[in-house]
Amino acid sequence: MNSASSPMRRNAPVFDVEAVRREFPILGTSVHGKPLVFLDSGASAQKPRAVIEAISRVYETGYANIHRGVYQLSQVATEAYEGARAKVQRFIGAASPGEIVFTKGTTEAINLVASSYGARFLKAGDEVVLSVLEHHANIVPWQLLRERLGIVIRVVPVDAGGAFRMDEYERLLNARTKFVAVTQTSNALGTMPPVAEIIRMAHGVGAAVLIDGAQGIVHEAVDVKALDCDFYVFSGHKLYGPGGIGVLYGKERLLEAMPPYQGGGDMILSVSFEKTEFAPPPARFEAGTPPIADAIGLGAAIDFLNGLDRLAIAAHEAALLDAASARLGAIPGLKIYGTARPKAAIVSFTLDGVHPHDIGTILDHEGIAVRVGHHCAQPVMERFGIPGTVRASFGLYNTIDEVEALARGLEKVREIFG
Amino acid sequence: MSALRELYQEVILDHGKTPRNFGRLEQPTGCSHGHNPLCGDTVTIYLKIKDGVVDDITFEGRGCAISMASASMMTEILKGKTVAEVQQMFERFHGLVTTGEQACEGGFDIADLDKLVVLAGVREFPMRVKCATLAWHTLKAALEGKQKEVTVE
Repeated sequence: MNSASSPMRRNAPVFDVEAVRREFPILGTSVHGKPLVFLDSGASAQKPRAVIEAISRVYETGYANIHRGVYQLSQVATEAYEGARAKVQRFIGAASPGEIVFTKGTTEAINLVASSYGARFLKAGDEVVLSVLEHHANIVPWQLLRERLGIVIRVVPVDAGGAFRMDEYERLLNARTKFVAVTQTSNALGTMPPVAEIIRMAHGVGAAVLIDGAQGIVHEAVDVKALDCDFYVFSGHKLYGPGGIGVLYGKERLLEAMPPYQGGGDMILSVSFEKTEFAPPPARFEAGTPPIADAIGLGAAIDFLNGLDRLAIAAHEAALLDAASARLGAIPGLKIYGTARPKAAIVSFTLDGVHPHDIGTILDHEGIAVRVGHHCAQPVMERFGIPGTVRASFGLYNTIDEVEALARGLEKVREIFG
Repeated sequence: MSALRELYQEVILDHGKTPRNFGRLEQPTGCSHGHNPLCGDTVTIYLKIKDGVVDDITFEGRGCAISMASASMMTEILKGKTVAEVQQMFERFHGLVTTGEQACEGGFDIADLDKLVVLAGVREFPMRVKCATLAWHTLKAALEGKQKEVTVE
């Protein structure tokens, strides 16, 4: 029976990983004479041909600056850029394209919210709640705001398995809590806080919520309306899209009330030296010429994902996680950090007596790319009393054979280090 | 020998596992802290200079096998050297792990140089050169009496 027309396909997710791999040209390359085993998608994912070609196509046939020219090419580029915004809107279930602000990435999106929402809505003594799991990008912008405004930062701890402590969170929430900014998925451990419940409880005390979806959106479908988060941020490059483009989703009434983050062209209605009138969102937050081709490339990445069965991807990644946890967990002296479920396909570990950097170098010689170090999440490392870990982060294109390659690479590390 | 085996020679693994001259030195004449923010390696060098000669040198820190071995071997080699010789060794070591060249006026015996040559394998690993040089840059700061933290990245 032809599987494409089989009704079975709708019931039991089918995911042809080999077919997907063929869409990613880089996966056919070699490193140190070995086939590339790319296990660092958590840092930045590889790109499918559809994204690479979409970007080329913009520059070859459809590029001009947007929102300016009266000529046709500018109109074509503007429509493609705004079309990408609409794709993002539908992808995350936002109410209107006006709620989608293009940024350089997650980092800029969080800085924008801290700076602009902070200027309009926060004052000295107000409490902002973060968690130990946060990436530095969701810590430092709030510390900068603390310097400027005198806000107070509260931090939710994690338990020994790397799970977000809901009891401590509940204890921290109070009438002074004005903002909660937490990750959907820890980049260092893979553990996933219960964001829906976190948002509901924050709203209960009148606090606004930002969800850092840089890792989370890669592994599961997101619906910002169902979540009811006030802000949701993510990067294109981790979502199999280009670098240099990211997204800030914000509820329309909040974005409307927020002052500009940067000043420049394209974010104004009129400018004179006496008075400048700002454009409404999202233009208000997109000063200057944006990365036009990259935004369109992000739209292509979303099309690519929409063309696959996301539940089937999730099932495939869950199988990778289970295989990696079992296979690596059986290696003597190997300790996995972040065992709490639910968890994304990220396995962070140490190996007794061998520094993560040495492991990274030896694995690289086997063609295996992993991230080593603190993963821009030093508070997590401090929580577990370690300077760093080796992190294998899996994407939709990874295979069980690659889990085995990683395990064999680690046995090679043992061989060398004894 | 493969590049990997050349990097992780027995002597490096040995120094990495059981570093020599590890610990704090009381009343040092120079002390400096070094840090590689990229990988989190840290090293503190304690130095006692007497009449222009390295009377004692120890280190503390944590990091990968390369950084610990390099610090350990450095302390072993520099005891009894004059300050001028230490400066020369710094230049020579730096050349060794970056370009592989050892061309420098040597003011020390060749046996000492041989000990450092085992670290030359690191030059095949550009991302790891800083691991080998961290201790040496920190030593230089300690010699110059700098209190400022040294960072390599």
